[in-house]
Amino acid sequence: MEDITLRVARYRPEQESKPTFDEYEVPLREDWAVLDGLNYVKDQLDGTLSYRWSCRMGICGSCGMTVNGEPVLTCAAFLTDFAPGPVRIEPLRNFPVVRDLVIEMTDFMHKLGRVKPWIIEDPQAPPEGEHGEYLQTPEEMEEYHQYSMCINCMLCYSACPVYGLDQSFVGPAAIALAQRYNLDSRDDGNRQRLTVLSEPDGVWGCTFVGECTKACPKGVDPAGAIQRYKVTAATEAAKSLLLPRAAGA
Amino acid sequence: MSTSPDPGFQVRLYRQPVPRFWWARRRSYLLFILRELSSLAVGWFIANLLVLVYAVGQGDSAYQRFLDYSANPFVIAVNLVALAFVVLHAVTFFQAVPQTTVVRLRGRRVPAGLLAAPIFGGWLVVSAFLIWLVVLA
Amino acid sequence: MSVPHDVIIVGGGGAGLRAAIAVAETDPTLSVAVVSKVYPMRSHTVSAEGGAAGAIAADDSLDEHAYDTISGSDWLADQDAVEAFVKEAPEQLLQLEHWGCPWSREPDGTVAVRPFGGMKKQRTWFAADKTGFHMLHTLFQTSLKYPPVIRYDEWFVSKLLVEEGRIAGVVAIELMSGRIETLLARSVILATGGCGRVFPYTTNAAIKTGDGMALAYRAGVPLKDMEFVQYHPTGLPFTGILITEAARAEGGWLINKDGYRYLQDYDLGQPTEKPVLRSMELGPRDRVSQAFVGEVEKGRTISTRYGPVTHLDLRHLGAKVIDSKLPFVRELCRKYEKLDPVTDLIPVRPVVHYAMGGVHTDSHGATPLPGLFAAGEVAAVSINGANRLGSNSLPELLVFGARAGVAAARHAAGSAPVTGPAVEATARDERRRLERDLLGRIGGGGGGGGERLADLREQMQHTMEGSAGIYRDGGSLAKAAGTLRELQERFGSVTIDDPSRTFNTELTSALELSAMLDLAECMVHSAWRREESRGAHQRTDFPARDDERFLAHSMASRDPDGVPHISYLPVTITRWPPGERIYGR
Repeated sequence: MEDITLRVARYRPEQESKPTFDEYEVPLREDWAVLDGLNYVKDQLDGTLSYRWSCRMGICGSCGMTVNGEPVLTCAAFLTDFAPGPVRIEPLRNFPVVRDLVIEMTDFMHKLGRVKPWIIEDPQAPPEGEHGEYLQTPEEMEEYHQYSMCINCMLCYSACPVYGLDQSFVGPAAIALAQRYNLDSRDDGNRQRLTVLSEPDGVWGCTFVGECTKACPKGVDPAGAIQRYKVTAATEAAKSLLLPRAAGA
Repeated sequence: MSTSPDPGFQVRLYRQPVPRFWWARRRSYLLFILRELSSLAVGWFIANLLVLVYAVGQGDSAYQRFLDYSANPFVIAVNLVALAFVVLHAVTFFQAVPQTTVVRLRGRRVPAGLLAAPIFGGWLVVSAFLIWLVVLA
Repeated sequence: MSVPHDVIIVGGGGAGLRAAIAVAETDPTLSVAVVSKVYPMRSHTVSAEGGAAGAIAADDSLDEHAYDTISGSDWLADQDAVEAFVKEAPEQLLQLEHWGCPWSREPDGTVAVRPFGGMKKQRTWFAADKTGFHMLHTLFQTSLKYPPVIRYDEWFVSKLLVEEGRIAGVVAIELMSGRIETLLARSVILATGGCGRVFPYTTNAAIKTGDGMALAYRAGVPLKDMEFVQYHPTGLPFTGILITEAARAEGGWLINKDGYRYLQDYDLGQPTEKPVLRSMELGPRDRVSQAFVGEVEKGRTISTRYGPVTHLDLRHLGAKVIDSKLPFVRELCRKYEKLDPVTDLIPVRPVVHYAMGGVHTDSHGATPLPGLFAAGEVAAVSINGANRLGSNSLPELLVFGARAGVAAARHAAGSAPVTGPAVEATARDERRRLERDLLGRIGGGGGGGGERLADLREQMQHTMEGSAGIYRDGGSLAKAAGTLRELQERFGSVTIDDPSRTFNTELTSALELSAMLDLAECMVHSAWRREESRGAHQRTDFPARDDERFLAHSMASRDPDGVPHISYLPVTITRWPPGERIYGR
């Protein structure tokens, strides 16, 4: 059985002030994802390696890392794709590093909360389904469903050069999440989300590089969500300028 | 075994530096930066056009001076580079536009590529017409 | 020093978040802390696929849902709890709809329901084939709008604090800094999920290590029905990744190496082209998994490098159905098996999926320890008895999460505050234990007599798969009990490589392994004592069900020497006297 070399970024804050690299040889098994390689390292070679992982099926969003320069889910990237190696594994870019491959994500969590990602009901439009549900046709669900598929893996923030240069940018996943609710027929919160989205660090921070959509493992297309919202935000701005009373309604 | 609160370890986060030439490190970032710079080329041609119109308005000799200036090999080189940038600008713009809107036909979403086709098509038609007008007619 | 809250919820998945919202809605003046070793969106609820059952169809009824659940449980479910569960399930699922959960719809916009295993009527609500994902994200995002809910993300609870016979709080480690903190509370709700990682092949994520069950067990609360472990019939062979039961509900077939739909040989009915409820591939999970073992014994399975498999055939469903109803299944097969279910057969085999057993609670989530509650897979109320029906566990999170939240809120509001000094002493002892026993074990790589975590873990897992799998017998269970005792002792000399305080995942792995060893022992002892076959617990030496001796829950309590002691608690029967489980006829 062949081996493949993993060059893994290490950062042990109690010992060093910046990251170094350690190399490990792991078996090049054809069904192994990069994550399986890391687990082999931790179990058999070096128990001090720290990284996040859980579901190993691409749905929990824990295991995002930079592999050979690209932000990927390590449970969904296979060792054979990088053969003969070496495979360079580093923490997700654009986030502070806590330890080894673990990044600090409180900024991301904060941003998710800022866009009010919950249904804001319209008291004038109560649910009318026979079981007490809001009626929502499959077509109405199509409008927002794609944006509901985000697993919060942060690969998009890692790919975004705007966020890399300035962490005050609200960012792709948060804006896509806002759109998920804005476009949900059961929600009436567009006005309430307008403020945070139309700030300079909201949608207007985006210069449509488009890397977020490329990096997204779930096909959410946050870049599309952001550009669509720019149209909405611009229209709202124009309306409030020209028709102040109608815009305030 | 103290009774004071356990401080654990003072967390020391490492801020990954953004490389100075971050935009050169990925092809997609480089293309993005060039795309952004191409608006300068657009500005350049608009300026050229305004100067041309002004020169025409000023009469024959002004117009001739403009033509002489434009025939200068250095100016031709600059204009060719600028033309390349403007083509990049147009292509990336037309590629971007369909990604910003969602068009549904009979319940299914029209793919962005398909929306781009008529835009590119229209551009080619208009360009062909203008070339005919200016060069051939 | 010690941070006071009113209610602490350990675990931030579906049950934990639902409980947090319930506390906040019951009494907004209470301070409720959700303490989770992972960020809530990573909780294992996220990977549930198939759906959540709630009887709403015109031709359906609560009694029928109850009967299906009770017969599915092989009559080990407590029927009063089941009656409450089936009534509240549709209410909770509807509440989730109002909170934005994207339930799949009929063309007219009403909520759609699909068939599911062991259910006589179609009553499973679903959000494509990512139901758990959508439910979890809806709950998490909704929880953000309640200011009283405070989150401790990536804090690992290592001990429950008990003072004067009631709960007083928890001791937890902040992963980022390694800081050990005491969190006080008048109510604690365990919502930490199951323990599939006790076994080697499981649909469960890495984090499913049964931490909360061990916390309760060590605090003197009995663990109920631990011998009942559900094998999901269709997991992928290497990874154990779940292929949802919905694939069979939509019409998929299980075939052996001869292309034969083998379930017909196991008293599960006759094969038909379209799925028939409670028949064949829509039989209950325990019976379908047991049929696989039968096929292995007959030599009719397909051999692969990962052991025997059978095939799940979805080809006749067509790309349109697969893309609209099972898109995630298609994605998983392409990614992890490099095949396309539209044209290829999917290799599958039973893998451990769900723990019917858990912390003993009543139907309001209360454990025998005042102030300690539990909800979700960590708890055994029990509504699932000896075998859980698919699509009952997601509504279980909501119904009992909400009930536990309400009960915990009321208990906290009506209790005297936790006093500092006695609890501080316990907390200091725990801190010392963590520092000495675990952080003090830095030895490096197993050299010099230290055991490696991974070795012990693998041995535990293989012992369990070999002796406490789909079929068990007294001899191998007795042997397993001995092996596990030995592993417990060897754990005493485990060393870890990582000396760091910052995000030390080796430390948490050691704590998790310690929990799993306790739970494995409970499972094996409970299985050994139960001399009958019922639901998911099948004894080759006692193949019949024995209602006279064993229509009761096993209760595993911790002896002073750390060994589980098994006693029995009768099952509550209300309207459905024990009968024969009939499927396919």
